[in-house]
Amino acid sequence: MSTHPLLEEGADAPAAGSEPTRSAEANLSPPTKLSGPIPWVIAILIALVVIAAAGGLSLRNLAENARADLADAVTVQIIEADPNERDIQAEAASSALSAHPLVTSVRQVPQDELEELLKPWLGEGAASDNVPIPALIDVELSRRASAEELAALQSVLDGALEPLGGGARVDAQSQWLRPVYDALSALQYLALALIILVSMATAAAVWLASRSAFANHRETVEIIHLLGGTDAQVTRVFERPVIREAAFGAFIGLVIGLAAVWLLGRQFASLDSGMVGGGGLDLTDWLIIAAIPVGGVLLAVITGRITIGHALKSML
Amino acid sequence: MGFSRLLTADKSPVMDARPAEIVKFDNVGLRYGTDPEVLSDVSFTLFPGSFYFLTGASGAGKTSLLKLLYLAQRPSRGSIRMFGKDVITSPRSSLPDFRRRLGVVFQNFRLVQHLSAFDNVALPLRLAGTDEGKVQRSVTDMMEWVGLSHRMQALPQTMSGGEQQRVAIARAVIARPQVLIADEPTGNVDPEMALKLLRLFEALNNRVGTTVIVATHDVHLLKKVPESLIMRLNKGRLSDPTGALRYPPAPKPKPKTQKSGASK
Repeated sequence: MSTHPLLEEGADAPAAGSEPTRSAEANLSPPTKLSGPIPWVIAILIALVVIAAAGGLSLRNLAENARADLADAVTVQIIEADPNERDIQAEAASSALSAHPLVTSVRQVPQDELEELLKPWLGEGAASDNVPIPALIDVELSRRASAEELAALQSVLDGALEPLGGGARVDAQSQWLRPVYDALSALQYLALALIILVSMATAAAVWLASRSAFANHRETVEIIHLLGGTDAQVTRVFERPVIREAAFGAFIGLVIGLAAVWLLGRQFASLDSGMVGGGGLDLTDWLIIAAIPVGGVLLAVITGRITIGHALKSML
Repeated sequence: MGFSRLLTADKSPVMDARPAEIVKFDNVGLRYGTDPEVLSDVSFTLFPGSFYFLTGASGAGKTSLLKLLYLAQRPSRGSIRMFGKDVITSPRSSLPDFRRRLGVVFQNFRLVQHLSAFDNVALPLRLAGTDEGKVQRSVTDMMEWVGLSHRMQALPQTMSGGEQQRVAIARAVIARPQVLIADEPTGNVDPEMALKLLRLFEALNNRVGTTVIVATHDVHLLKKVPESLIMRLNKGRLSDPTGALRYPPAPKPKPKTQKSGASK
């Protein structure tokens, strides 16, 4: 009987290196089942994160744009039943405001525009002389005014209109929009909380998937161990399918999430509201959204690595 | 090729010099949970280049003893030294270095089911980081030698018990281990293949200096290797019918690391 060439005199033993090549380890990986539930669970969770992130970023932009538009503007309201008196007082107020150093522009809102604004609430009656409509003056300031400066502006108006027997009220637009800003901030925090919760759910899903994969392939793990495989090798072998499943799920989730964001964007765009128009996403926002699936895969890898590491520690 | 050359070729940090004993069990006991001990007061020493049979009736503790040997189990008490180092107190991270010096033929083969026969045999080499070109050559030669060159890409579940056993044996010896541990290695093959596999173990023992320990209840197998030493387990306790396991050992084992003139 012949002897195996490996055992012949002078035969070289297969030389051992320090670490196997990554491609050799790839051969050991259990087959990935993309048809299983985990990639789709990850896809749904990533889609939710994308939608929440897009919503949060959109709300942030909307609030910032609105603040920028309104922070350096005030509205002056002149309440006078007599239209002629009202016009005279509005002219006087405009003149007084124009001379103020803080004011950059003054625009008296035309009567037609006022009636158009009130039409949704008052109907055709808005144009009737029977309904007295206050005169409105849009005033743009050179910067955001403090409460003292607003009070000073009010004094200027009082001084100009008192001789005419009238009066005016200064409304800082940012003041009456504060509840709106607060609501937008709450929605942003809600989006952030949603992202954190969904990220935790993603980690939990990967944790369960890794544990399940590890349990299903425990025999393989033991064999690799008993043949001299290190924990690091076993971890790398088992994180490959986790990465593949997570990457697949993250990509599908991104596509679903972007589709939902696009549809929502179209719906809101059709509202044709000036405020909603400020909620568009810029390049940085899109880059953040594009980074979500990458973050999801990283989260899956870290979770999978920790899970497998803990499971390996329980083995000899 | 001698044992010393094998050591020279292997740069693992576990063993720095040739040990006087390759494995030493001292008062080892093993119990599972709160059950009675399945192994009690087991003490023995394995020497480099020796061939051992481990016999005993079913349930005597052969597989448990082998599990301790191939580091699948920690003993409940006692000490185990391998390659000159205490295995029990060694950090867990050092165990792969010990295991890479062992070749194991498991009782139920334990092939990785999603890997082909070729990849199963290549596993120890790849885990040790052997160059892929050498892996291909060595494994192809080995598969040919065990008569499975036509089944290299077959998955274990499509192979017969005998074929799987040959794959398991090829995997155990492919990296020329310093200790070969085989649990009933010829149980599923025909007598001709059983003899051929036994000759492979002998060749490893004689030419490479591998210490071989074969667990079997086949008394006929014991006669096939006249120079072998016999350890017998009975209800978890080890007896030493040949007297060669005493320390210092009786005339056996004689050195087997000299070059042999002809293949067996």
